[in-house]
Amino acid sequence: MTATEHPPAYKYVGTRPIRHDGYDKVIGKARFAADLNLPGQLHGAIHRSPHAHAKILSIDTSAAEAMPGVKVVVTGDDFPALDPKNPNFDLAANIIARGVAYYHGHAIAAVAANTKPEAQAAAAAIKVEYELLPAVLSIDESMADGAPLVNETNHTKFVPPGEPSNLSTITNLDRGDVDDALAAADVVIEREFDCAHVHQGYIEPHACVVDTGPDGKTSVWCSSQGHFRVRSMTADVLGWDKSRVKVTPAEIGGGFGGKTTVYLEPLAARLSEKAGKPVKMVMSREEVLRATGPAPEAKMKIKIGATNDGELTAIDGWMAYGVGAFGDMAGLIGAMSVASYKFPNLRMETYTALTNTPKSAAYRAPSAPHAAFAIESVVDEVALELGMDPIELRLKNAAVEGDLTAMGMPHPRVGLVECLEALKASDHYNSEVPEGAARGVAVGFWFNIGEESSATVNLNEDGTATVLTGSPDIGGSRASMALMAAERLGIDVYSITPVVADTEAVGFTDVTEGSRATFATGKAVVQACDMIIDELKKRAASIMSVDVDQVAWVDGAAVSAGHGGGEGGEPLTLAAITAQAKRTGGPLTATASLNAAGAGPSFAVHCADISVDEETGVVSVLRYTAVQDAGTAIHPSYVEGQFQGGSVQGIGWALNEEYIYNADGVMDNASFLDYRIPVASDLPLIETIIVEVPNPAHPYGVRGVGETGIVPPMATIANAINAATGVRMTSLPMSPPKLLSALNKRSK
Amino acid sequence: MSLGKEMSLKKMSRTHVNCTINGDEVDFLTTDATSLLDALRDEVGLTGAKEGCGTGDCGACSVLVDGRIQCSCLIFAPEAEGRHITTVEGMADGEHLHPLQQTFLEGAALQCGICTPGFLLAAKALLDENPAPTETEIRYGLAGNLCRCTGYDKIIRAVQEAAVQLKGA
Repeated sequence: MTATEHPPAYKYVGTRPIRHDGYDKVIGKARFAADLNLPGQLHGAIHRSPHAHAKILSIDTSAAEAMPGVKVVVTGDDFPALDPKNPNFDLAANIIARGVAYYHGHAIAAVAANTKPEAQAAAAAIKVEYELLPAVLSIDESMADGAPLVNETNHTKFVPPGEPSNLSTITNLDRGDVDDALAAADVVIEREFDCAHVHQGYIEPHACVVDTGPDGKTSVWCSSQGHFRVRSMTADVLGWDKSRVKVTPAEIGGGFGGKTTVYLEPLAARLSEKAGKPVKMVMSREEVLRATGPAPEAKMKIKIGATNDGELTAIDGWMAYGVGAFGDMAGLIGAMSVASYKFPNLRMETYTALTNTPKSAAYRAPSAPHAAFAIESVVDEVALELGMDPIELRLKNAAVEGDLTAMGMPHPRVGLVECLEALKASDHYNSEVPEGAARGVAVGFWFNIGEESSATVNLNEDGTATVLTGSPDIGGSRASMALMAAERLGIDVYSITPVVADTEAVGFTDVTEGSRATFATGKAVVQACDMIIDELKKRAASIMSVDVDQVAWVDGAAVSAGHGGGEGGEPLTLAAITAQAKRTGGPLTATASLNAAGAGPSFAVHCADISVDEETGVVSVLRYTAVQDAGTAIHPSYVEGQFQGGSVQGIGWALNEEYIYNADGVMDNASFLDYRIPVASDLPLIETIIVEVPNPAHPYGVRGVGETGIVPPMATIANAINAATGVRMTSLPMSPPKLLSALNKRSK
Repeated sequence: MSLGKEMSLKKMSRTHVNCTINGDEVDFLTTDATSLLDALRDEVGLTGAKEGCGTGDCGACSVLVDGRIQCSCLIFAPEAEGRHITTVEGMADGEHLHPLQQTFLEGAALQCGICTPGFLLAAKALLDENPAPTETEIRYGLAGNLCRCTGYDKIIRAVQEAAVQLKGA
């Protein structure tokens, strides 16, 4: 279902063609990184730390090196010591430990051997002597006075350098007078929340094949969300020039933010360089869970004040995000994601804390789901206290153009009100809540980003076209690029071949993250199309012997008002012009590169009907609707797919998913059996409503849609559980044992 | 590199396996510790089946063994002796896609595509046994396959649509 503000007048944009890369994916021909093999390749394996925090006293690789098939072993000593100011300093230390293991599963050494079993046996035979250091395993321990240091190289960002610290950021955002506003409020609700670590859970483990030749030139084939970043990270960690590294993107088997960084490529490159042979490395699922980035854990305290007529007057928030053993800015980003309501008075005090657990990585709208779980739960409590409909309360306070985010940035044109109205008008919201069930709603926000993109459009002799971009396609973006090019050029979408090109075949392009590909790379594609249309018009003018300013581009053809069309009076089609390219000036090609400004924020509103089995604490999701502003849906099926996929990841986060660590900091549930992501039988259909409030900064109005969908589900379900049982769940996941325990404690 | 190491590799004992894969008689050499998944991918050259977990929890490696859906990561390669195996590469009839492949494409039932081969085979096994499943039966029939991109919605709808098409065929 689509709720459109202005009916679009597009021929291709907004249609649902079969995606260009689809056939290969249904016949088993699509090449993912682990499907690639090079002649003579070796197989890599990693020796990982058995301790959550330990000083490495010695590494003995002699037994491993003497084992059958083993060609080379590398340790941290085989990598340059980076300057602490190098932006990839932490990355390098995470890829392979140098002197200290910071978490259970931290890579200590890597082996390349003829076969994978040989490499694994040799990795297990590496002997490491450790001196145990105190492991800090929770946000509370990390922030406690006198806490042991998690990582002696970490210093708090944005403040003058001081002693090493367990805090990566300490930030305060505020406006108005929160204390006065709370004192004057008719209703004040305060709750404390916590969220466990969760993993992105992409089904394809990290994988790469790397070949370093005798000239030092290194070719990488890998699964990533951004091969230009793989290039820069790999080169930095090895101390190489970027020009030494060529990265070719394989198909990517899911990322969700988790493949915006690298783990294997620099190891495989060094192994390949030393062995003189290609090296293939593929993680096991257990390695993915133990050693790649989960989303942060968090603790939050949120206090919201409101007037009796439902104006939210103040928010006072305290949030701490636990990001593992290396610093980032999760706390600050969490505060920045507070942007859904006007809140004239606002204070957000945030911390980013380190613990001796794996370095966290981006996961779909990073940091926003935690904050929204807390804030949307408290907003729900305010609505209950005031006896207001939860949609009405949100409509009364919804941010519109010009309202300030927590950061103090005014919103551009946004579609929160439109999303709330669309849900209010929906079949789901107007249906009776089924007997024995209850309903919850919540809002989500994500900024979206622009950043740098390049695109090249090559027209072929027969009037077909190739569109090259540097944005890995993680959910249908090639189809979107082809649709935008088809719309611009006026040729059939299947006449266009969209290609994700390697780092030497297309201009620099940032990672597919921040819901930016269809927005920013799409903008580059449209710009390149416009450049090539200018050239087509020049060629047409010369063929038609008219001035170029008399030529217009209409429906895939040059028409000249002054000339009445082409040679025979007819419009000169794109194919007719490309057929004469040789004699009118040569091949038709155009490249556009840009740093895209104006990424439009995307709001969502979700609604869930759930039932609770009070004997087991199991929550069943009976009906679920995701409403979100897409700006303009280029390929509506894949826009819906983003809403649905985000919703279900959020449902898993809400109800099941969590890292369970034992007292030694060892993850107890490092498999898909025990880290349980939703399966088909856990879920209903996920209904979608695409709201289209066009983003003025994109030629077709695109807002990124990839991330916002994961923001509302946790509070949506918590609010429904509260409606069903009278129990306010404040700890994620709301798993059966936790809910059962809360139900048992409920005052009768 | 010593001669001893090379010799030890060559001495590794291998089993000669004969089976039918996607209608063709195939034979390959494998060690007793090799999974059917690794043998298909590394010895036979069919990389359609994927490894998502290696422990039978995700279904990305699903193949049909004598018509029954199985995780090929949980089967030793020598166990394939004499069996009929179908992988995703064997689902289409020449250039004609299986209706499930077509409805997955038309219904956008895949995003990244890593789980797609396993889902197609699990859905085929389901429809071969139950040509008119309810939505709930489809959901339980596919509960052994993990997809992290789609939320399953479009997969369920594609299987429903394929069931209708197969019934009319």
